[in-house]
Amino acid sequence: MKVRKIAQILEARIEVEGSSLDLEIEAVCGADLMSDVMAFAKDHVLLLTGLVSPQVIRTAEMLDIKAVVLVRGKKPDTNMLRMAEEKGITLLSTKESMFTACGKLYCMGLTKRGIRD
Amino acid sequence: MSKSIQLHFELPGNDLNLAGEASSKVKKTLNQLGLKPAVVKKTAVAMYEAEINAIIHASGGTLTATIDQESIVVVVRDQGPGIADLELAMQEGYSTASEKIRKMGFGAGMGLPNMKRHADLLEIESAVGQGTLVTITVFL
Repeated sequence: MKVRKIAQILEARIEVEGSSLDLEIEAVCGADLMSDVMAFAKDHVLLLTGLVSPQVIRTAEMLDIKAVVLVRGKKPDTNMLRMAEEKGITLLSTKESMFTACGKLYCMGLTKRGIRD
Repeated sequence: MSKSIQLHFELPGNDLNLAGEASSKVKKTLNQLGLKPAVVKKTAVAMYEAEINAIIHASGGTLTATIDQESIVVVVRDQGPGIADLELAMQEGYSTASEKIRKMGFGAGMGLPNMKRHADLLEIESAVGQGTLVTITVFL
């Protein structure tokens, strides 16, 4: 599913467009703990998080995660915006909770786990 | 690659927003050298965790990455409090991190286990009150 479509489903605001909204996403990882993301995330996942910190973008960069969604109406701070722009990472924000955001994407066919077993 | 390449960084201990800057630059170099993505990612995760640790636990230190034909060796050195019980620190979930660090999404006791998981070789030398030396090796 394209990032553009994910933004529509979540009625998300595009905070930073990043390298491409046409990027294909196959799996999703929802986590607030960046160490868990680093331990378990698969390649090329979408990251859903409630954490607002530049370290979210940094973690995405380290793991080649190209798109991040902030849930529960969180807004990125200036550091986060600047870093996402620098790194070409797409940053979206949605009013949906983590649970509902994951549920909506799952129902629309994005059912692959974003973490290793 | 005809010879080895060395990159050296000072890790500032006073600005958590800069945590990861050195790892980011090393990762960029590894990509520019055309190394395998899996090798780059393993190195990136292990060194990023080590860099974060030096900044949050030890008020900074240094990070040196050496790349040659066989391996990437990342050495992170600090003069922080040291690790009292390394065996305990290696256990998933054990953490001495503050609330401030937890708010950054770290401090869940996954740092050292993550380094071990991603590095091909991980060596940690630490003495209480003197500091910690972490050596991460990833083979090409």
